[in-house]
Amino acid sequence: MQATPEPTGASVTARTDGSVLEIRLGGPWRLESRTPRWPSFTLPEKPTAVRIRADAVSQWDTSLVVYLGEAQQWCGTSGIDCDIQALPDKMRALSGQFLSSLRTRGRDEHSRSFVVEVGLATRETMAHVRGLLQFVGEFWIDTTRLVRGRAGLRWSDTVGEMQKCGAMALPIVSLISFLVGVTLAYSGAIVLKRFGGEIWVSDLIGVAMTREMGALMAAVTLSGRTGAAYAVEIGSMKANEEIDALSTLGISPVRFLVIPRVFALVLMMPLLAMYANCLGVLGGMAVAYTTLDIPPTAYWVEMLTIVDLQDVLVGVIKAVVFGLIVGLSGCLRGLQSERDAAGVGNAATSAVVTSILLIIVADAVFAVLFHVIGL
Amino acid sequence: MSSDANPAIEVTDLACSYDEKLVLDGVSFRVRPAEIFFVIGGSGCGKTTLLRNMIGLNTPVRGEVRFNGRSFTSADSKSRREMLRTFGMLFQSGALWTSLTLGENIALPLEEYTSLPADEIRSIAAFKLAQVGLEGYEEHYPSELSGGMRKRAGLARALALDPGIVFFDEPSASLDPVTARNLDRLIVQVRDTFGTTIVVVSHDVDSIFGIADRIVMLDRDKRGIIAEGKPSEVARNSDNPRVVEFLTRRGIGAE
Ligand SMILES: Nc1ncnc2c1ncn2[C@@H]1O[C@H](COP(=O)(O)OP(=O)(O)O)[C@@H](O)[C@H]1O
Ligand SMILES: [Mg+2]
Repeated sequence: MQATPEPTGASVTARTDGSVLEIRLGGPWRLESRTPRWPSFTLPEKPTAVRIRADAVSQWDTSLVVYLGEAQQWCGTSGIDCDIQALPDKMRALSGQFLSSLRTRGRDEHSRSFVVEVGLATRETMAHVRGLLQFVGEFWIDTTRLVRGRAGLRWSDTVGEMQKCGAMALPIVSLISFLVGVTLAYSGAIVLKRFGGEIWVSDLIGVAMTREMGALMAAVTLSGRTGAAYAVEIGSMKANEEIDALSTLGISPVRFLVIPRVFALVLMMPLLAMYANCLGVLGGMAVAYTTLDIPPTAYWVEMLTIVDLQDVLVGVIKAVVFGLIVGLSGCLRGLQSERDAAGVGNAATSAVVTSILLIIVADAVFAVLFHVIGL
Repeated sequence: MSSDANPAIEVTDLACSYDEKLVLDGVSFRVRPAEIFFVIGGSGCGKTTLLRNMIGLNTPVRGEVRFNGRSFTSADSKSRREMLRTFGMLFQSGALWTSLTLGENIALPLEEYTSLPADEIRSIAAFKLAQVGLEGYEEHYPSELSGGMRKRAGLARALALDPGIVFFDEPSASLDPVTARNLDRLIVQVRDTFGTTIVVVSHDVDSIFGIADRIVMLDRDKRGIIAEGKPSEVARNSDNPRVVEFLTRRGIGAE
C-alpha cells in the first residue's frame, strides 16, 4: 500500500506495519497551496497505534501543524496511541500548542436560548430608555439654567454651528425645495386640468409648501446633513476620551456640546423652512408659467387669496420642533456611541433614522393638533 | 502609621464592575500628600477602571473614595464639581479637544473656573505650554502634533488650574523611551514645585523604579491588590512570584 508522493505538493503516505499505522509526510507544506486534510486516505481496520514521520518534509508551516493536531486529536478520541517521537522537536512543540488551543478555544456564546435573548433585549431597551430620559432631563436642567441666566451660552460655538447648519445648507435646501415645488406643480396639474382649474395650482403649492413641505424638507435635509454630523463629531469625541476630559473638569457635556448645537438648529431651521417655502413656490411658478401658461403675477395674486400668515406660522412652529428633534437625536446618538470607529458610524446612522422617524411622528401629531385648534 | 493620618486620597473597600462583570473588589489604599503613587499591573487588570471610578467617570458598586478627608463618592453634584476642580487628569490618549487649538484647550478650564480677563488667560496658557516644552504652539491644533507632544499638551491642560491631585493614565505608553523619561522628569518637577499629589497608572518598569514613591499592584485574577509598598522593597520582599516577575521583567523567554 504505497502511493507515490506528488513531487509538487505536500504528500501523505500511509503504510500498515502489522497493527501499527505508519504515516509518512513529505514535500513542501504551505498554507497557500492545497495541503491534505486529516485523514486524507482510507483508514485501515482499527490500528493499535499510529506513528507519524516527517523525514521527507522539505518545507512546512501552520498547515502541517494543523494536520498533526487533527491526527493527534483523532487518535485521542478513538483511544489509539499516537507516536510522534520521530518528529522534529519544533513540530512536536507546535502541534502540542495547537492541541491545547483547540481545547481552550472560546465557546460559541452567540447561540443563546430564546428566553435569554428576550431578557437581554429587554434590559438593553430599558437601558436605552433610561439613557434617553437622563439626556432629556440634563438638557432641560441646563437649558433652564441658561434661560435663568445662571450659566452662559458659548456664543462663539453657537454662531459657528449656526453657520455650518444654516448658511452652508442653503444650496442643498434650495435645490431640494425647488424640485419639490416643480413636482407638486406637475402632479397638481394632472388633477386640476380636468376641472379647467390650472390656476389653482398656485394655491395648492402655496398651502403645501408653507404648511408642510418647507419645514419637512428642511428638516429631512438637515437630519442627514447636520444631525449625522453631530452624532459623528460627538461620537468621535467620546472615542477619544474628550467627553471624559470635560466631565473630569466638572463641565457638563450637555451644556458644552449639546446646547450650542441644538440652539443653532432651533434658530436656523425656521429660517431654512421659510427659505424652502420661497424656493418651492418659485419652482411651482416656473412650471405654471412654462407648461400651464399662467403668468407669474396671476399665480402670485391667486396664491395670496388662500395662503396667509397663519400658514407660514404653522410651518415655522413645526420647523422649530423639527430643529429640536434633529439636534437632540444627533447629540444623543453621539453621546451613546460605542468608543470605536464602527460605533461612530452606527451613531450617524441611528441619528438619521431616529430623527426622521420622530419628525414624521411629530408631523402627524401636528396635523391632528392644528386641525383640532383650527389653525 | 502616623504619616497616614491625613491621606490626600483614601480608597476604602472599592468594588468596580461593568454591567455584570466585576473587575475590582475590595480595593483599599491610601495616598499621602505630595506622593508619587503608582498603580501597576498587567494589561486588563483594571488600572484604568480603578482610576475612572476614583474620579467619578464610572460609579463604583461599593466602597468609598475620599479626597483630603472629604467623601467624593457620596458628595452631591455641587460639591463634586467643586472637588473636580482640584483634580487634573491626563488621559491615555491625551484627550485634547480636537476642535480647539492648544491655547484654547488650556484656556477652557481657566475660563470655566476663573474670572480672569481673556488676555491673562492667554498668557497663562502660553506659560503652561512653555512649562511642558511646547512654547509657541498655542495656535496649533492637536492633529498637528506627535503623540508625545499631545501627551505633554494634555499634561499642560491637566495642570491648568494648579490642581492638588493629578491622575495619569499610562503616561509613557506609546512613547519612545527618551520622551517617556522626559515626561517622568516633568511629573517629578510638578510634584517638587507645587507639592502636588500624583497618581500614575502604569506598567512601565523604568518609570516605576525611576519616580514612584509607593506602588500598589493589581491582579486580574484576584481582582484586587496583591502588593503594596516602596517599589524596591516590594521587588525584594514579595513572596508572590507574579509580583516579582512583573517588577523584574522576567516574562516569556527571559529566564
Ligand atoms: N467599557 C467596558 N465595558 C466592559 N468591560 C470593560 C470595559 N472597559 C474595560 N473592561 C474590562 O475590564 C477589565 C479591566 O480593564 P482596564 O481597567 O481597561 O484594564 P487596564 O487599564 O489595567 O489595562 C478588562 O478585563 C476589560 O475587558
Ligand atoms: Mg488602561
